[in-house]
Amino acid sequence: MTVERLTQLFAERRRDGRTVLVVYLCVGDPSVEDSRACALAALEAGADALELGVPYSDPTADGPVIAAASYRAIQNGGSMKSALDVARAVRASSDAPIVLFGYYNPIMAHGDDVLPADAAAAGVDALLIVDLPPEEGRSLRDAAEAARLAVVPLLAPTSDADRERAVLARASGFVYYVSMTGVTGAGHAPLEEAGRSATRLRVRAGLPVVVGFGIDSPQKARAVADQGVDGVVVGTAIVRAMAEQETTPERVRAVGDLVRSLRLALDAS
Amino acid sequence: MSASSRTGDASNKVTGRGPYYGEYGGRFVAETLVPALVELERAYEDLASSEAFQSEWRSMLADYVGRPTALYRADRLARAIDPSGDKLAELWLKREDLCHTGAHKINNALGQVLLAKKLGKTRIIAETGAGQHGVATATACAMMDLPCEVYMGELDVARQAPNVARMNMLGARVIPVTAGSRTLKDAMNEALRDWVTNVRTTHYCVGSAAGPHPYPAIVADFQRVIGDEAREQLAQKIGALPDAVVACVGGGSNAIGMFRAFIDEDVHLYGVEAAGEGVESAKHAATLTAGRVGVLHGSRTMVLADDDGQILEAHSVSAGLDYPGVGPEHAALKRSGRATYLTATDEDALEATRQVAHTEGILVALETAHAFARLADIAEREHARLGRSAVVALCLSGRGDKDLSTLLERLAP
Ligand SMILES: Cc1ncc(COP(=O)(O)O)c(C=O)c1O
Repeated sequence: MTVERLTQLFAERRRDGRTVLVVYLCVGDPSVEDSRACALAALEAGADALELGVPYSDPTADGPVIAAASYRAIQNGGSMKSALDVARAVRASSDAPIVLFGYYNPIMAHGDDVLPADAAAAGVDALLIVDLPPEEGRSLRDAAEAARLAVVPLLAPTSDADRERAVLARASGFVYYVSMTGVTGAGHAPLEEAGRSATRLRVRAGLPVVVGFGIDSPQKARAVADQGVDGVVVGTAIVRAMAEQETTPERVRAVGDLVRSLRLALDAS
Repeated sequence: MSASSRTGDASNKVTGRGPYYGEYGGRFVAETLVPALVELERAYEDLASSEAFQSEWRSMLADYVGRPTALYRADRLARAIDPSGDKLAELWLKREDLCHTGAHKINNALGQVLLAKKLGKTRIIAETGAGQHGVATATACAMMDLPCEVYMGELDVARQAPNVARMNMLGARVIPVTAGSRTLKDAMNEALRDWVTNVRTTHYCVGSAAGPHPYPAIVADFQRVIGDEAREQLAQKIGALPDAVVACVGGGSNAIGMFRAFIDEDVHLYGVEAAGEGVESAKHAATLTAGRVGVLHGSRTMVLADDDGQILEAHSVSAGLDYPGVGPEHAALKRSGRATYLTATDEDALEATRQVAHTEGILVALETAHAFARLADIAEREHARLGRSAVVALCLSGRGDKDLSTLLERLAP
């Protein structure tokens, strides 16, 4: 399946007039088992796709909530390998697209040329690498293409026409539009404006566009969705909801509740 | 000693300021930052090479920093290291400790802040380890009237307290970083997060020859004044090139600044990394010696990392070398064999500090002390290579006042 799984999801949702809800989890926070259980709970509660975060020691694009989660995750077994394990477990019972989300160094350590095939075998459909602009990582991109994995490009409010062209040149799957200049979890995202920019970008890109960074409530998700974007990503709010709970069943319930409320807001007409 | 038969072949040469030095370098950052790096690169190419910019910066170096800095022949130390003089004929110290603010860092800070000002940036941020780059940036900002915020690991805030006080006195805001190892790496992470948030108004003044392109190239260009001067001064004093030049390597800015002038000559280049409690101990910062290829802070270089690709904490008594990465040009120079990288432990550096103070009356920074600590070894190697006693020039990158509390704690007077 791989790239097609994404293409199909976005096409179906657009036909139905619904917004794709992507949920981010930091694998290993607070345990790999929690990540697996909460990933399944998110899908059951109405998430359309998962971003499985591979924790990294130096997540410079993440704010304090996800940075702290990454730190905990590494202490508790979070790694590329365990992220692939969680992908495999999810894929065993779900057909939802899975995006492997992370930084480049853990990918280099795994092996640029072998990661895409390993990820595809684990049921992953796309890679999203925060610190890999299109000029870098050629061997990874070649291997991803061979494994029919999308490498999701990121664009930001600072991206000009030149950057847009460079970023979109080899894009597949969907485009991730970063809502603001900032790190994940920041509160200052001008979300409606970001949604409008993303919708215009969608036309130029000829690909679905999702918006992420700073969407931490059903209201905000809805505000972005109303601008006509294909999807929204919720990360920090999920990580925070999990961190507030003491036990796995509580975390599963909290993720389910949050995802249901997001789904409800997105689907309300 | 001048022209030579042993010049490296062309493939050994690491040239240019392209994004890459051999297989190292590049620009591994969030897309949000790419336009700012492109803008900086263009500004640097158009502006910084202009006559007007160069003369403005050069006059700051002359009248404000006190350049050229002295080149001093350290005979007593040379004889302490090699009493007979069979191996170490002459030891020349390039006195960057005599720069305004006490280290080479000011050369780069003035250049970058001036560039930022020309770019219309209204705010400067920096990371600092030893505090020398923080002080230098705070100084440049005071002098050029820009607000300055400096990220510094909590551990370094404690061990380099005098420099924290200096930054405050200079009107900068020091922001302690409590994440991770609470040292230079984490300060750089926080600075990058600030920059990604405020990229439109803010210039990130990177303090070493590390980071994403074009920083390693810019910093090396602003620091090459060290080696250019040393070369000219040696030509005047002894009419020859040195046999070898030596510098300590944290991110690698004073070392590359020293190396640049000699890279195309028959001069051996030695960098000395921090071995902390020993390279075998896992508590060290010897990235080139014991690291692996990876990506850290925007460039592909040598890093200390585990099998999962998680960056490891570095350890060194000197805050300025306590970093698990290194500038990409050094990774390339190591790879090509053009430069040799050695290590010195905490104990070696402390002992060298004492020796230089007692023989020459110079209290050197703990960072610099690592370079001194390998001099006997380097003299030995050069003697073996040349079959005669060697002339060595060392970059004395900074003064040690900032380290007094560590020295008092660790060295019985
Ligand atoms: C005096 C001195 N020397 C050397 C260094 C190491 O940096 P670099 O390797 O960039 O010269 C520092 C860094 O703080 C320093 O303060």
